[in-house]
Amino acid sequence: MSGPYGTMAEKVLMKGNEAIAEAAILAGCRHYFGYPITPQTEVAAYMAKRMPKIGGTFLQAESEIAAINMVMGVASTGRRTMTSSSSPGISLKAEGLSYLAGCDLPALVVNVERGGPGLGGIQPSQSDYFQATRGAAHGDFRMIVLAPASVQEMADLTMHGFDLADKYRMTSMILADGTMGQMMEPVSLEAPEVKTYDKSWAVTGTDCKRPHNIVNSLYLVPEDLERTNFERYERYRTIEENEVMYEEFMMEDAEICIAAFGVAARVSKNAIMAARAEGIKVGMIRPITLWPFPKAAFKKAAEHVNTFVSVELSMGQMIEDVRLATECARPVVLCNRAGGMIPSPEEVLQRIKEVNGGMTK
Amino acid sequence: MKFKRVTLFAGHYGSGKTNIAVNYAIAMRKAGLPVSIADLDIVNPYFRTKDSADRLAEAGIRLISSQFANSNVDTPALPGEIYAITDDRSTYAVMDVGGDDRGALALGRYAPAIVEENAYEMLFVVNAYRPLTRTPAEAFEVMREVEAAGKIPFTAIVNNSNVGRDTTADDVLQTVPFMEELSRLTGLPVKMTTVREDLREGLSRRIDNLFPLTLQKKYTWT
Repeated sequence: MSGPYGTMAEKVLMKGNEAIAEAAILAGCRHYFGYPITPQTEVAAYMAKRMPKIGGTFLQAESEIAAINMVMGVASTGRRTMTSSSSPGISLKAEGLSYLAGCDLPALVVNVERGGPGLGGIQPSQSDYFQATRGAAHGDFRMIVLAPASVQEMADLTMHGFDLADKYRMTSMILADGTMGQMMEPVSLEAPEVKTYDKSWAVTGTDCKRPHNIVNSLYLVPEDLERTNFERYERYRTIEENEVMYEEFMMEDAEICIAAFGVAARVSKNAIMAARAEGIKVGMIRPITLWPFPKAAFKKAAEHVNTFVSVELSMGQMIEDVRLATECARPVVLCNRAGGMIPSPEEVLQRIKEVNGGMTK
Repeated sequence: MKFKRVTLFAGHYGSGKTNIAVNYAIAMRKAGLPVSIADLDIVNPYFRTKDSADRLAEAGIRLISSQFANSNVDTPALPGEIYAITDDRSTYAVMDVGGDDRGALALGRYAPAIVEENAYEMLFVVNAYRPLTRTPAEAFEVMREVEAAGKIPFTAIVNNSNVGRDTTADDVLQTVPFMEELSRLTGLPVKMTTVREDLREGLSRRIDNLFPLTLQKKYTWT
């Protein structure tokens, strides 16, 4: 990405969707399968341009379901692979997400969310939080869920997501709202250091030199199936202990704590600055990993915070995790817009003032 | 500035076409001309000419866009009203073409009339900081793809190089050699360099043909 034009070489203005695509390429992903849907189509459009030039594969599948199953095929060989979509398309991929989990395959899945339910709209939303962190599909399983709040983080968390997927043999999901996909910001992109992961399980051909590997999610013997579930949840526990990411903003003396991720956190920062200017002690915890959720940070905050405000582009989904993390020690109230609307800094400020005035509902 | 009867803005998606088209139409109107602006973008429904509807109405500019734009009907259809631009030669018009070759495809049906009349400017908008137009050679490739799809040859280049809200005068200056090289490759002049209003003064003696932009803001937070 460098050129002969002075300091120009160091700067690039990207859409979040493009940043995801380029970061994936830098992370070594050479196999992308997708299907167009607003507001994530630029991921596919960018891959369509770039992959043929670097010897990679871009394939527009016949459907979202086909795309996720192609991802499963490549993932079985141990190669880095990904797909991307937006909310309704992710629902279609649900079966594949469960199969990826059952097969213990690493993959990156991107959801640039739009308003729902149903076909919903094309404007930004965070209403797939439950889907991503609770039940993307059938069976006991988790996905690592990463929530970027800038175009730079779209790139950084994509690279990180591939590493976590390989490390724990599971799906990492980038859960971004439509704003993150469509907005443009300057980005600095560097190829990450190459790490190696155990891929001895990969289906790559035996050359008649080793027993063949099997990638499969079907276990008809219940004792065997139970064992895979317990083993998987052991891994999830390791992730909960080691991979939590969050940002604290002005939390030192905070009496009100905003919980927000993605674009809601960007809006909230503006509101916090305005509230601070009026002497209201408010801060924010911004989860970067939605699963594993930064439970400890919220629990600790509950020791000095009076009230939590969950700012969301949904009817209130993360608010449940804030209540669980704080064990309902303090009131947690909602400040939200839905259906593709974004709360304005003024609306968040208004809610902060209500809470500061003693409102707990 | 001299205006042609029809001015078209095309280029890589996200190069800034819509913002420039709106500002250019307003400049034409301020010069006393009757102006229409047509939104031909049926590719990306996220950022549209219609977002500036109030500003355009205030300036007395006729906005021609899909009756379905910003509505609940998901139909990539263009209105028949666009033919008013090619049929009524007493009016001036700005056409905001969709991004890349896919976006320019919609231009094909109007191309014969526009080329035949030969009173147009087809402007290639390029931002040297955008990822797929990072070198003059890459920008030239995009330009040829758009031309092949839109069936109207470009007549000039618009340098809209910026890195978003933190763009400095130096960021713009750095792209001058890039545009000179693109100009040499394509044989086309750089018609103007578009900059945010507040950068204009600092660049006025260093870059010719600056065109100041008032940006349509979609988001109020930072």
